[in-house]
Amino acid sequence: MKRDGKKIIFEKAGDLPPMAMSLGTTEYNETGSWRNERPVVDSSKCTGCGICWKFCPDISIKEDANGKASIDYFFCKGCGICAVECPVKAIEMKEEEK
Amino acid sequence: MIYTIPQKELINPGHLACQGCGGALALRTVLKTLGENTILTFPACCWSVIDGPFPYSAVKVPLFHTAFETAAVTAAGVKAGVKKAQDPNTISVAWAGDGGTFDIGIQALSGAAERNEDMFYFVYDNEAYMNTGVQRSSATPKGAWTTTTPTQSPKKERKKDLVSIIAAHAVPYIATACVAYPEDLTKKLEKAKKIKGFKFFHIFAPCPPGWKINPQDTIRIAKMAVENKMFPLFEIEDGEKYTINMPNPKKEKNVPVNEYILKQGRFRHLKEDDINEIQAFVDKRWEKLKKLAEI
Ligand SMILES: Cc1ncc(C[n+]2csc(CCOP(=O)(O)OP(=O)(O)O)c2C)c(N)n1
Ligand code: SF4
Ligand code: SF4
Ligand SMILES: [Mg+2]
Repeated sequence: MKRDGKKIIFEKAGDLPPMAMSLGTTEYNETGSWRNERPVVDSSKCTGCGICWKFCPDISIKEDANGKASIDYFFCKGCGICAVECPVKAIEMKEEEK
Repeated sequence: MIYTIPQKELINPGHLACQGCGGALALRTVLKTLGENTILTFPACCWSVIDGPFPYSAVKVPLFHTAFETAAVTAAGVKAGVKKAQDPNTISVAWAGDGGTFDIGIQALSGAAERNEDMFYFVYDNEAYMNTGVQRSSATPKGAWTTTTPTQSPKKERKKDLVSIIAAHAVPYIATACVAYPEDLTKKLEKAKKIKGFKFFHIFAPCPPGWKINPQDTIRIAKMAVENKMFPLFEIEDGEKYTINMPNPKKEKNVPVNEYILKQGRFRHLKEDDINEIQAFVDKRWEKLKKLAEI
């Protein structure tokens, strides 16, 4: 068995675990590639209320060094919940460039 | 940033839920409060897929995938096992969809409730069999489109009142909750963690593809369902003590169901009369709940 970053590669039958058990996390999976629109945070408007963070189904909002919301584009699927729920409209959905 | 619910994450990003999935958000919120000393049991449901393909998993706690109809009995078995083998304080959780709960899993659920197993049972209710492509369940509301209740003949039967069925088992704790109110859910979980015996949570969890809604509206629509009493928030202790816990009682006075209905593609075929009928049903049920809560 090899690991390529977070990916797990089985090279031969003997690599398989004795039962269907978990050997790694879904963090290998770049779900950001599903996105049609990207949320963009305007830090000057963001008050750090944490509302976008608590409603993101994809654990894709983190706190930056200034206590503002920051998006993890590797995982963000672009659902737009954060933009709708932000009470001060600090998050805007912008069409994803290719 | 202000954190109104626990900060620690016990599910990983990169999971396979659709954009804006209420069910994914529900488990993210629940595990934050249950904590690391938890073992999950999933029957077949969207979460069996969301968790990711072998050999990966999206949850940071042990998880057992089991057959569709067996969530409650498997989680009861897990609890019996940890009591003997490891830490008796480990929390055992059955986490199932509405199909796996209201329909096929109900006998195992009733059995575990009757035996008052020391466990949590959660149903994340997206009101249909979503994982297999939106078939109606007994949790689907009257009038809704699903692939087995097409628009020419939408669902004729009303949603099963499962919470009353569980209450008839006189289990120590039952709560309804909604993904749009994570603080309420967290508070109820904190309370339930201190209770020994069977704890049942009914969580309202919109599904954008199954309800034909825009993924950005998951929280908005979930909020509306609480405000208009389609899905009121309450607790039942020992099967008889009802407490209503609506988040903003003033704002929630007489909110009609219209906006909620009209925002969803699954209800688009409904006429004014149909909506009035839904309103009358919601009003009647709300009056009954208020009587039970003695307010
Ligand atoms: C005995 C059995 N019958 C049917 C299935 C197929 N099946 C898998 S998931 C599912 C739907 C589950 O619906 P629900 O419990 O509401 O969860 P959701 O997918 O909506 O999250 C069905 C019918 C199965 N796995 N086992
Ligand atoms: S768009 Fe959706 S997935 Fe992306 S950060 Fe906002 S809430 Fe999370
Ligand atoms: S079908 Fe619905 S419940 Fe299932 S993963 Fe997608 S949004 Fe979630
Ligand atoms: Mg379902």
